[in-house]
Amino acid sequence: MLNLLWSGMLLLGILWSFFTGNTQAVTDGILEGASEAISLCITMLGTISMWSGFLHIAEISGLLEKLSKKMKPFLRLLFQGLPENHPVNDYLCTNILANVFGLGWAATPAGLKAMEEMQKLNENEKSIASNAMCTFLVLNVSSLQLFPINILAYRQQYQSLHPEIILLPSIIATGISTLTGILFCLAACRRNFQTGKE
Amino acid sequence: MIAIQTLLYLSGSILPLTIAAILVFGLLSHRPLYDDFIVGAKDGIQTVAHILPTIIGLMISVRVLRASGFLDFLQSLLEPAAQFLHFPSQLLPMTLVRIFSTSAANGFLLDIFQVHGPDSYEGILASLIMSSTEAAFYTISIYFTSARILKTRWTIPGAVAATVAGIAASTLITGILF
Repeated sequence: MLNLLWSGMLLLGILWSFFTGNTQAVTDGILEGASEAISLCITMLGTISMWSGFLHIAEISGLLEKLSKKMKPFLRLLFQGLPENHPVNDYLCTNILANVFGLGWAATPAGLKAMEEMQKLNENEKSIASNAMCTFLVLNVSSLQLFPINILAYRQQYQSLHPEIILLPSIIATGISTLTGILFCLAACRRNFQTGKE
Repeated sequence: MIAIQTLLYLSGSILPLTIAAILVFGLLSHRPLYDDFIVGAKDGIQTVAHILPTIIGLMISVRVLRASGFLDFLQSLLEPAAQFLHFPSQLLPMTLVRIFSTSAANGFLLDIFQVHGPDSYEGILASLIMSSTEAAFYTISIYFTSARILKTRWTIPGAVAATVAGIAASTLITGILF
């Protein structure tokens, strides 16, 4: 997806600049964009390393595991079709927690594992998504991230006076989008249950 | 102004409180905290090194779109739709790209920060939209492709509902702040 998007954006911009006569500005943009990416990454090196340092403490001291246990009853409510004490629950917890703490790169492997297990438990035809799968994806897409640490780094790089001012508003906005997703899932699962077909 | 002070205080407490909680829990479980921190921070450096090439690539492409004048053209084209939705047209390209790719949307976010500043109405709204939504279509296609699912049933309507709710909530909250 990104291959097409990226090359399309570049080609479009370059072609456009020949019509508008902005080729000089485009040349500057290419050079500036490349060097600005480096200075952005230097800011990010600090912020992201700091964050993953603290999260490593949380992981190794068992804090994340404890949080994930606390989350299980909530998962039971959302994923009623999945058996209790099945490894799929652990994968789901890991994926959700990683998303909450802004560790997108750690969330995907656990999410793929959860998907694999849910496919084994899928009682539909194997090409049709189960309720659990739909719920899992809607939840993921609703953004669970409560610590948008990379956005903080970007804001800092562009000289924000208060990079952190967005934290509470973003928790509220994320809460609203996730709540909407959850309500949608509960309603959709219930309707399928009543009509007797998945 | 009191509201902004309160918001700053609350938002400013989140990170220190989280870090304090992590440290206290670590102390209670008798971990060598500083050593653990160093190990994790090393991973962080690798993570950034890993995404550096994507940032260079996307920064260039957004810059080219901006410098060529195409983004301004696109914004003027989207202006009627934006006005109808009570949404700033400068943010529409980022919001549209957001559904497909996080890193491409980040490129647009940085462009907004550069043009309007991160503390402007546009900058705050863009920050909130980026934090409260996901690359919906990308995520859905990755997971369903891996499980060989063809019929996605109510996933897309649900994803659209959650994404629209995130964008609407961000717009409302930013409107209250300004």
